[in-house]
Amino acid sequence: MTIVFALFLLTLLVVTALAIVRTKNLFIATMLLSIFSLLMAVNFFILDAADVALTEAAVGAGVTTVIFLSALRLTSQYERGSLASSRWIAVIVVVTTTVLLISGTINTPNLGDPNAPVHQHVAPFYLENTEALMGFPNVVTAVLSSFRGYDTLGEVFVVFIAAVGVMFILDARQGTGPEYELRVEKGLKHHLIPRAVGGLLIPFMLLFGLYVQFHGEYGPGGGFQAGAIVATAFILHAILEGERTALKAFSRNAQMALIIGGSTLYGAVGVVCMLKGGTFLDYSVLMEDPVTARQVGIIIIELGVGMAVCGALLSIFHSFAARKPVAQAK
Amino acid sequence: MTLDAFLGHFNYWVFAILLMIGFYAVIAKGNLIKKLVGLSIFQSAVFLMYISMSKVEGGTAPILQAGAVDPIYSNPLPQVLILTAIVVGVATLSLGLAIVVRINERYGSIEERELLDAD
Amino acid sequence: MDIESHLPILQVIIPLLFSPLVVLLQPRGLAWVATTAVCILSFAIAINMAILVLGGQTLEYELGGWQPPFGIALRIDAISSLLLLIVTGAATAAVLGCRESLNQQIESHRQPLFFAAWLLLLAGLVGMVVTADAFNIFVFMEISSLAGYILIAGGPDRRALLAVFKYLIMGTIGATFYLIGVGLVYMMTGTLNLDDMARLLPGVADQTTIPFAAAFITVGLALKAAMFPLHVWLPNAYTHAPHAVTVFMAACGTKVAVYVLLRFDFVVFQSADLYHGLQFSLFLMPFALLGIVVASAVAMFEGQIKRMLAFSSVAQVGYILLGASLLTQDGLTASFAHMFNHALAKSTLFLSIACLGMRFMDLRIDQLSGAAKSMPFTAAAFLIGGLSLIGVPGTAGFISKWLLIEALMEQGEQGLLMVGIVLLSSLMAVVYIWRTVEVLYFRTPVQQDTTQQGSEVVLSEAPALMVGVTLLMAALNIVFGVMPDVPLSLAEAAAEILSGARQ
Repeated sequence: MTIVFALFLLTLLVVTALAIVRTKNLFIATMLLSIFSLLMAVNFFILDAADVALTEAAVGAGVTTVIFLSALRLTSQYERGSLASSRWIAVIVVVTTTVLLISGTINTPNLGDPNAPVHQHVAPFYLENTEALMGFPNVVTAVLSSFRGYDTLGEVFVVFIAAVGVMFILDARQGTGPEYELRVEKGLKHHLIPRAVGGLLIPFMLLFGLYVQFHGEYGPGGGFQAGAIVATAFILHAILEGERTALKAFSRNAQMALIIGGSTLYGAVGVVCMLKGGTFLDYSVLMEDPVTARQVGIIIIELGVGMAVCGALLSIFHSFAARKPVAQAK
Repeated sequence: MTLDAFLGHFNYWVFAILLMIGFYAVIAKGNLIKKLVGLSIFQSAVFLMYISMSKVEGGTAPILQAGAVDPIYSNPLPQVLILTAIVVGVATLSLGLAIVVRINERYGSIEERELLDAD
Repeated sequence: MDIESHLPILQVIIPLLFSPLVVLLQPRGLAWVATTAVCILSFAIAINMAILVLGGQTLEYELGGWQPPFGIALRIDAISSLLLLIVTGAATAAVLGCRESLNQQIESHRQPLFFAAWLLLLAGLVGMVVTADAFNIFVFMEISSLAGYILIAGGPDRRALLAVFKYLIMGTIGATFYLIGVGLVYMMTGTLNLDDMARLLPGVADQTTIPFAAAFITVGLALKAAMFPLHVWLPNAYTHAPHAVTVFMAACGTKVAVYVLLRFDFVVFQSADLYHGLQFSLFLMPFALLGIVVASAVAMFEGQIKRMLAFSSVAQVGYILLGASLLTQDGLTASFAHMFNHALAKSTLFLSIACLGMRFMDLRIDQLSGAAKSMPFTAAAFLIGGLSLIGVPGTAGFISKWLLIEALMEQGEQGLLMVGIVLLSSLMAVVYIWRTVEVLYFRTPVQQDTTQQGSEVVLSEAPALMVGVTLLMAALNIVFGVMPDVPLSLAEAAAEILSGARQ
């Protein structure tokens, strides 16, 4: 039964992708992209990747859609039909590569084969030793925060650089003119349904975000998902209340402080580990008992991650949302 | 092609097809935002490949369950890698969209053909 | 805390962790000071590690206290050390030598964000070089790419935006191809550590998936390295970026991608299957040769000075890849030496252009007539950089070209043909350099009224700091041309490591 369901979902993914590419209306493409991300998240869930499903749903289906819509508002909703001249070459290249790819992956191990090389060697070490070394059950969090914590540090800085980049590119005050004034919108709060639903959802989302943040070690969750969920709550608030009220509630400086604070907190933990005699990000030297020390270290860095992600996603949203659209040259 | 091999590799074929759909959108579409949408599909296909790799038959999510008898868990490592890759994808997309918005403001268009003629 | 044992990670986290703090430095000029200080500190660390490596050590570091392959490990050997010197040196020279240029091109309220991106570009490139984990390379590659997009987007006119969009699309495709390749190798071996992969790959080398993995990784990195014909993002990106950014990126951006390509190919793939070496060579060599010839030819006809030098850079990547595709130790030595020497030559050339950019808004070559009269030091630096690029004896460029020719001559008849191509492209370099030098020195100055006040300005030399750093880099071209021992021994040690890995 699961197999049929899985096959159905995968086929649906392909159909959705084809629909996205074919449609000329970019708003429809964005909505379909959101559905595509959600289907992808369900697929991840069927493939036992709970943390990844949560992240893809929150970040892919949620935040990405909002950012796309904000960008669409500032540009144009319709795609001109003018395809690049190399269309047929593109089709040939694409079809050839697909055939090559499919034939190239014929020899890979079957899906789910427990004897595949991927499941030997490194993975069993994580599964067998996490309980003893860290004392909590979510192996994905253990690998993400400790075994491969250096990668996650890099990831936090990717988020940081995205926020900095969007601010740099979009906040350019190169001259005076109407497009550079902050356009303050009134928000949707005079519509009954969004206001009622928002009022119910926002506190729940904030609470859920906090839960996901601090329960990342015991169930699916962690800093990224929590940061995305909390950011979404504030984005919903901004859509309802309008930019002026939203920015008073959570100012640009506060967002920047979160980003800088979060990333610096992560780095600081690593440096403290170095000062205490271990290598960078070796939490076991932080306290007497290495297991507790690792738990404490992980809680702090996950907090850093959550802060940075929340601040960055909000900052990116407001960079787009607070901007006034320029008149389109048809 | 046995049913077993078909089912065992269907995920990877879907990966290949999605990859190329996204790639086609990036190179053949003229609208800059459509290109970014294609890039997004392109990247998501790679996530599917990694996560398909991590599945173990009869397994469950790699969250250790106390007191379970002889549990089978799926592989946690590809999941960690994809968590990072998803965030990288969102970051790239945000930057790309910011650039497109600026292009629209400076040039008045986001269609590749018009932009190439403009300068 | 024993600093020396932590040097590998300090090389990365010093620029990385200072970048958020630089965003806070709003007062005028403070962000530049902080960035310069961090770059100088990074350069000092790179020199320190180079000294240790030349003494025979290989520096290793286990992050989080976990042994590889369960954790991520860093490793500094001769190859990494050479690249680190290039990257940190380029960052320092560019930021130190372009202060006024940056003030001219980037508004002061945006500078803290710009410099944060600068430090992250440095951290990303350095992070790629020191790590021994394939996925870690991807993470830092994306950090450096994103930072690079931001820096280029700071360029003065709107064409920078189109250039950076194209770069973003192609760069992301390249990074994703690399990710697919790593995924395929991981699928067959179960590990992400490069040495561990090399150990496990021979056991599965007969599967057809492996050549696919190699193909994806090679194409992805070739895109980033601007190998012909995947170089199309480079000319516009270098031309329309702020001058300081061009100095930094032209000196080291593509070379780090070549480094990863060589490391992966020689250490991981060729150790598994010597037949792969032949495939690598047959794939790379024609593209390298085409790149050398076509790019040099286009450069001869280019009218804008930055774009001309950008095409020259594509040709130089061709030289580096040609040396590597020979698969011999001498070829590899030539490649690594050329990485170092080309970085010196190009940074000198682009620094002198930054100086020219202070007085001339339009950088088309025919608008620069007689610039040497009002800017003698700048023009002299350009001349020396140009001579190094051509490969005139006495300059650093000569050393690496000579090594390349020697390595080619070992290849018999085909080698002689390739020597001919290298000499032909050097002649083409003479043409485009001489064309510029002739305009700078021997034409009468064009009337300039490009100032904001609209009145004529008596042109003068660029600000002292800029000229000073530019002349220093020019001098280094000659110093390393006459006394090449240090970079040469690093290059030889690097080639030895890669050749040894093939056994």
